[in-house]
Formats: sequence, structure tokens, C-alpha cells
Amino acid sequence: MSYKTLLESPWRFDFPALCNFSNDKLTWLDSAATTQKPNMVIDCITQYYQQGCANIHRAQYPLATKITRGFENVRQKVADFLHAQSSDQLIFTRSTTESINLLAYGLESYLPNTGNIVISALEHHANLLPWQQLAKRKGLKLIVLPFTQEGIIDLEIAETLITNQTRLVAISQMSNVFGTLQPIKQIIELAKKFNALSVIDGAQGIVHHPTNVTQLNCDFYVFSGHKLFAPEGVGILYGKAGSLTKLNHWQFGGEMVQSADYETAQFYPAPLGFEAGTSAIGAVLGLGAAIDYLNAQNRTDITAHEQALIHQLLTGLLQRKSIHVLGNPHSSLVSFYIEGMHPSDISHLLAEQNIAIRAGQHCCMPLYQTLGLNGAIRVSLALYNNSADLQCFFDALDKAIELLT
Amino acid sequence: MNLDAQNLFSTFQLNKSWEQKMRLLMQLGKNLSPLTEVEKTDKNQVKGCESQVWLVSTKQDDQWYFKATSEARLIQGLLAVLLTRINGLTAKEINEIDLDDWFQQLGLVKQLSSSRRDGLSAIFKKVKAVT
Repeated sequence: MSYKTLLESPWRFDFPALCNFSNDKLTWLDSAATTQKPNMVIDCITQYYQQGCANIHRAQYPLATKITRGFENVRQKVADFLHAQSSDQLIFTRSTTESINLLAYGLESYLPNTGNIVISALEHHANLLPWQQLAKRKGLKLIVLPFTQEGIIDLEIAETLITNQTRLVAISQMSNVFGTLQPIKQIIELAKKFNALSVIDGAQGIVHHPTNVTQLNCDFYVFSGHKLFAPEGVGILYGKAGSLTKLNHWQFGGEMVQSADYETAQFYPAPLGFEAGTSAIGAVLGLGAAIDYLNAQNRTDITAHEQALIHQLLTGLLQRKSIHVLGNPHSSLVSFYIEGMHPSDISHLLAEQNIAIRAGQHCCMPLYQTLGLNGAIRVSLALYNNSADLQCFFDALDKAIELLT
Repeated sequence: MNLDAQNLFSTFQLNKSWEQKMRLLMQLGKNLSPLTEVEKTDKNQVKGCESQVWLVSTKQDDQWYFKATSEARLIQGLLAVLLTRINGLTAKEINEIDLDDWFQQLGLVKQLSSSRRDGLSAIFKKVKAVT
């Protein structure tokens, strides 16, 4: 396969792992699962541990004060990054999954025992199971919005399924299987129309699409640091001021308690009231550095680079016979299957050639049941990928196809 | 180790490159005796594999014999490697097998991603549970 233009990534050298991968002949095409970290993030974490760590909010000595200030600065950075009105609207969790579980437990008392919760058929397990279980506990109905051939939630049908019986709508900003942006703005408006709460899962979307939660007007927005070039162990839950007060406290312990005796206790409101125990301080500081890194880049250039790469990837895939791409990907990731070949066999042979991709059901088993497929191969890209990565992937894919033919 | 397993070990010794190993696995998978549709029940399905796997067992005297199948060809090959090692053994002999060591001897460890290793352990657990 030959490309008209060989795309180089000007950001690649900011990510030491990518240089190490080339020594190991590993091709990283699994950024939708997790991202590599830039030097700025690695240096920030290293510095924190080298210069001394301290627990936050409670201690009086200068080091703790400094770390607390740094930690709270990150809260402000995340607020600015999402265009939230105040840093008090940002809760640090451990992950997207924990953010959604917090919502599902925290809203349990607030929600009535009648009506329905609406999700879409393309949610990953993190935005399905907490709601499925909440619906079971509350005796609510779980309604699943179907999607179109393109891999986009069908708005026409959504308009008939979101009704005055709907209490909450939870959908993804971008599908981790189709790489399609979802019509979240319209769905949030639909939810608003019926006074239903709206939850947007930004785990896949946030990296590739600058997001303004105030403009979106959603009640809650969640994402994970590790998919945004930050360390694992830090997630975000943004909530509108009025929506956060609907949450009941769910995990109890240090940090979130205002005063306590043996019989009773008072708890802080959000955000601290939802940050029981010691936060992943290093990871939070790392998230701050990741946001600094992204803010220092030209996001338009990043988008253009990712678009050009995805175009090359799609072109290459469509040149090969029997390959079917799922949906109509907008950005950063593509899932496909090959007629007559099991995804497990393809991924096996790609793994053998040190190509990091995903095979299987990408934490979306019900979606694949809907599609009638036993899984697919997912290639996902980030700003640090280049045409050479795609070339390695296609060479390995051709080899795999040859072995299986 | 039974004769079939010894032969398999010798064959793998001759197939050094990863492509040769892959082709050999697919060949071995092809030779597995198929399961009937009737045998592909929920009860016979092994949960925890990345592709669907079914396992059935029969006992003659004290010796156990297994049939297994998967929709994925390389998994089918790995199943063949496992069954070659355990078919015709007693429950006690099966229990004494170190599965990781067997795949190590064949030079197949690199072929086992963590999910595949988990899948194979799930199958081997089921084997032990049956015997």
C-alpha cells in the first residue's frame, strides 16, 4: 500500500513511550482503551513524588498546603477545560465507571419509583450496567435507544421514546465502537423538555472534541483521565450546581465528613462530600499537567492530523476485499470485521506481530448481539500516531489474512 | 506423557517460526473431531473465553476423553494442544498436569495473551471439575 502523503506527528516526540515502542517494534493503535503519557505528565508525577508528597486539605504544614493548592488548581483547570461555571462543580473520582456508579447510587433516593431510564444501544458497559441495576432496584423501566446504519443514535425514534415518563437519560458523546459523535445536544434538549436528568459519558469524546458543558446544558458529564493522556486512577464527574444537590452521599469516610460523633455525622456538600478517603493525588496532579499539555497545543491541528490519519486508515481498509467497516466513523477510531474470519483469529495474528489493537466486543456485548456479530477489530488513533504506524498495521493485517486464507 | 503428546512436542520442535507455529495450530484444530449441534448446549459451554468454546467429556474405565470446539481457528488449535495432553488420562494424572509448563515446552507461551490464558485456564478448570 502506498500513501500519497506520509503523515508525521509533530507530537510524537513528546511521548517517550512511543519512542520506546519503536525500539520494541510495537505499534500502538489502542488509544481508545488508554493513552500514552507526554513527558509533561511524567515529569509532573515524578516531581511530586521526588519533592515529597503530603495528604491534602487537613494538614497545617507548608508542604501539605502547597500540595492542596496544586490539587485544587487542577480542579479549576478541569473546570476551565470543560467551561464549567465553577470548580465546585467538579468531583474527582477514580474513573468514568466510578463517576457513573456515584450517580446511579447518589440519585437513587431522588428518583421516583415509576417511569423509565433511557440509555442507547451503543453504550459501553460502564454506561449501561449501573443504570440497568439502578432500574432494577427502583422498579424503573430501562429503555434502549436504537441507532442508525451509520452508528448514530436515531433521533426520530429517540423523540418517541423520551417522554414524560423519562426520569434520566444517559448517553455517550462518542461511540467507542463506531467512532461516531452522537447528537448529545438534541438529546439533552429532549430530556430537558420532560424534566429528565441528562448524563453524558465523555470517556471517548473529550480527547477529540473540545467540550463546553455549560453550553451543552447537561446535568452531568463524566470522563477518565487515562484516556486524556493523564495517569490512571482519576476520573471526573461534572454536575450542574442545582443537579449536584440531588445527589445523596454514597461513600463515607475521611475527607467528606464535616463533623461526627458515634451516633451521627454531617457531611460536606459537593465536591468534597463525594471524595471520601485519600484521592489519587499524584494522578490528579498528572491530569492537571495533561490539560496544560493539551492547552499548549493547537487543537485544530490535532483534529486535522487525526482526520487525515483516519482517512488513510479507512482508505486502506476499504481497499481490501471482504472488509466491512462498522458504521460511519467520524474520528479517531474504526471497527471492522472480515467476512469469514473470526476477529479472535485476526487479533491473535496481529498480536503475534506486536500490533496493539482491540478485538472482541469492546465492553459492549449487547451492542454486538444487536449487530449479530461475534465481535470486531478496533483500531484507535491519537495525536502521536503517524502513517508509518498504519503501514505496520496493514502489513501485519495482510500477513494475518494470508495465513487465514 | 502419552505418545500423542510426545509426538506433538516433537512436531513443535521442528516448527520454530511464529508463522509455522500458527499454521501448525490451525492444522491441529482442523483435525479435532467436531461436536454435533446437539452437544453445543449451554451446559457444555465454557464461560470466560473470548470466543465461544464447548467441551464434552466421556469416561471409559478410569480414563477420560474430551471433545472441544471453538468458532475461532487458533483457539481451536490451542484446544487441540490441550486435549492431546489430557486425553486418555485418569483424573489423578490430569490433576497433576502443569498446563503453563506444557505450553512453555511447546514454545507457545508467547501465543497466549492474558485473555487467552484466562480462557484456557477456564477450560482446564472445567476439565478438572468434570473429572
